[in-house]
Amino acid sequence: MATPGKVYWLDRSENVTKLYRGLWVIGVLLFALDLLVRRHEDFAWAGWLGFYAAYGFVACVALVLAAKELLRRAVKRPEDYYDH
Amino acid sequence: MITEWPVGLTLIAGGLLACVTRGRLRDVVTLAAPLMTLAQLALLGHGDFAQIGVLGRTLVLMHVDRLSLLFGYAFAIAALLTAIYGLHVGDGVQRAAAPIYAGSALAAVFAGDLLTLFAFWELSAVASVLLIWARRSERSFGAGMRYLAVQLVSGLLLLAGALVYESGTGSLAFGYIGLAAPGGALILAAFGIKASFPLLHNWLQDAYPEATETGTVVLSAFTTKLGIYALARAYPGTELLVWVGATMTAFPIFYAVIENDLRRVLAYSMTNQLGFMVAGIGIGTDLALNGAVAHAFADILFKALLFMSMGAVLLRAGTVKGSELGGLYKSMPWTTGFCVVGAASISAFPLFSGFVTKSMIMAAAAGEGHWAVWLVLLFASAGVFHHAGIKIPYFAFFAHDAGIRCKEAPANMLAAMALAAALCIGIGVFPGALYALLPHAVDYVPYTASHVLSQLQLLVFSALAFSVLIRTGIYPPELRAVNLDSDWLYRRLGPMLLRGIGTLGRMASDAAAAAARIVTGRLGAAVLRHHHADGILARTWTTGGMALWVALLLAAYLVVYYV
Repeated sequence: MATPGKVYWLDRSENVTKLYRGLWVIGVLLFALDLLVRRHEDFAWAGWLGFYAAYGFVACVALVLAAKELLRRAVKRPEDYYDH
Repeated sequence: MITEWPVGLTLIAGGLLACVTRGRLRDVVTLAAPLMTLAQLALLGHGDFAQIGVLGRTLVLMHVDRLSLLFGYAFAIAALLTAIYGLHVGDGVQRAAAPIYAGSALAAVFAGDLLTLFAFWELSAVASVLLIWARRSERSFGAGMRYLAVQLVSGLLLLAGALVYESGTGSLAFGYIGLAAPGGALILAAFGIKASFPLLHNWLQDAYPEATETGTVVLSAFTTKLGIYALARAYPGTELLVWVGATMTAFPIFYAVIENDLRRVLAYSMTNQLGFMVAGIGIGTDLALNGAVAHAFADILFKALLFMSMGAVLLRAGTVKGSELGGLYKSMPWTTGFCVVGAASISAFPLFSGFVTKSMIMAAAAGEGHWAVWLVLLFASAGVFHHAGIKIPYFAFFAHDAGIRCKEAPANMLAAMALAAALCIGIGVFPGALYALLPHAVDYVPYTASHVLSQLQLLVFSALAFSVLIRTGIYPPELRAVNLDSDWLYRRLGPMLLRGIGTLGRMASDAAAAAARIVTGRLGAAVLRHHHADGILARTWTTGGMALWVALLLAAYLVVYYV
C-alpha cells in the first residue's frame, strides 16, 4: 500500500523533464554510433545513416496521428453503443 | 504407460478433480497436474502413440515430434503459470475450466489426425467460454456467446475440411496439407479464425477483455497459439500467409493506440504479434519457421505476463481503463516491475525474449527479399513498442496520479508474474536453450553489434516520438468509448439486416393478409347478396309474379313457334 501524502521522485515535474532529456541524450548517442559501427543489412538502404532512428520516430508519429485523426473519427462511438 | 496416456488428459483429469475438491487439496491438484504434464513431456520419445480404432479409422492421439513437443512445453508451462496465478480464486467453475481448457489445447497439439484435432479443438472452445461467463455479467454473457459461436464455426469448418480432405486423399493425418489439397481452403479458414486472421480477428478483442482477471490470462495462452501451431504444421510456405501476416501486424496497432480498455489494447497487440508468426510460417524457410514457433513460445510467456499484470490491476483497482488509471506504481511496485519486463519482452529489447525470437522472422523476410513485408514488420515492431511497450505501463502505472490507493497483488499472482518474468529474461539472455528445442537446426546469432544497435535505435526513437507527442499534448487522450471493428458486422449490421428482413416479412404478410381479406370479403359479400335472406336467389317470390313470368315465357314460345 502506498503511503498517503508521500511525494515520489516522479511526482516532481523537473524530474520527469530530466528523464525526457536523458532519453534524448541516449537517442543522440545511439544515432552517433551509426558512424562507428558498420551495420550489416540485407537491404542497402537500411544501412543509411540513422535509418532505424528516423524510421522508428516517423513511424510512431504517423501511427498516432493516423489513429487519432482518421481512425478515431471513423470508429469512435459512445461507451454504451452496444448495450441497447 | 507414459506413451499410451495422451498428454493433456492429466490436466483434464486435474480439472475434473478440481470440481470435487476444496481448499488445500484443490490447490495441490491444481499445481500437480501441470507439473506431472511437464514431467511426462520430458520423458516422451518421438513417434505415434496411443492409437485407437474409431468408426473404422485409426486415430492417433499422440504424434510426438519436435514441433508438437515445443508447443507442448509452452502450453504446459503456461498451464503451470496460470495455475499459480489463479490459486486465490475460490470460484469452482474457473478452477475446473482453466485446466480442462489447457489440457484440451495440449491434447490438440499432439493430435496425429484431423478428427482427434477436431474433438479437442471443440472441447477447448467449450471449456474456455466458461472463463468468460465466469465474470457473471450481462456483457460477458453476450461476449461469451459470440465467442463460442465463432469457435464452433471454426470447428465445423475444420470437420468439413477434414472430411473433404479424407475423401480426396484417403488420409486423415494431421501433417502438411497446403492450400491446393482437397478441403485445404476450409481447414485454412478454420485455423485462420483461431489465429485471428484479418476480419476473422475480432472475436479475440471482443471476448478476451470480458473474461475474469485470471480467465483472460488463461485464454491468452492457448487458443490463438493452437491456431499458429496448426498453421505451422499444415501450411508452411503458403505465400498467401506472408501478406495475411503482414496485414495482421499492422492494422491492430492503430486500434491499440485509441483503445481505452488496457486488456483490449493487449488483445489488439495479440493479433499484431500473431501476424509476425503467420508471416514467418508463410515465408516457410527453416529460419522463418524456427522464428515463428520460437516467437509463439516467447509470446505465450510475455503476453501471459502482461495480461497477468493487468489482471492484478483489475483485481486491486477495479478497472483497467486507461482513462481511470495512473500512478499505480506507488501502490503496486512489484506488479509495475513485472509489467515492464513483459513490455520490454514484447518490444524486443536486447536481453529480453522478443529480441531473440522475432528477429529470426525479420531476418528471414529480409533474406528472402521481401522488402515491402520487411518494412511493414519494422513499422509494426516500432508500433508494438509504442502501444504495448509504453502505453500499457505508462497509462496504468505512471501518467498522472489518478489517486487510486490499493494493495499490491496477492502473493500467488506475484509468484506467477515473477516466474514468467524470469523466463522472459532467461530466454533473452540464454537463447540457446530455446533454440535447441526448435524444429530445425539453428544457424542464427541474435547478438551482433549491428542487430543490437539497430534495434535500440528503433526503440529509443519510438520512445522519443511518444514522449514528444505526450509533452506537446498531441497524443490522443484516453477516452471512454467503443471503437467499431469487424464485430460491428455481426453485432449491428447482421441484426439490422435480420430486423430488416423481419420487417419486410411482416410487411409482406400484412399485405397478403390484407389482399386475402379483400378477396374473401368481396366473395363473401357476393354470396351474401345472392343467398342472403333478402338475396335474389333466396327471396320468396309471389304467385302472381310466377304466373306473370310463366305467361311471358309461353308468349315468347308462341312468337318463336310462328316465326
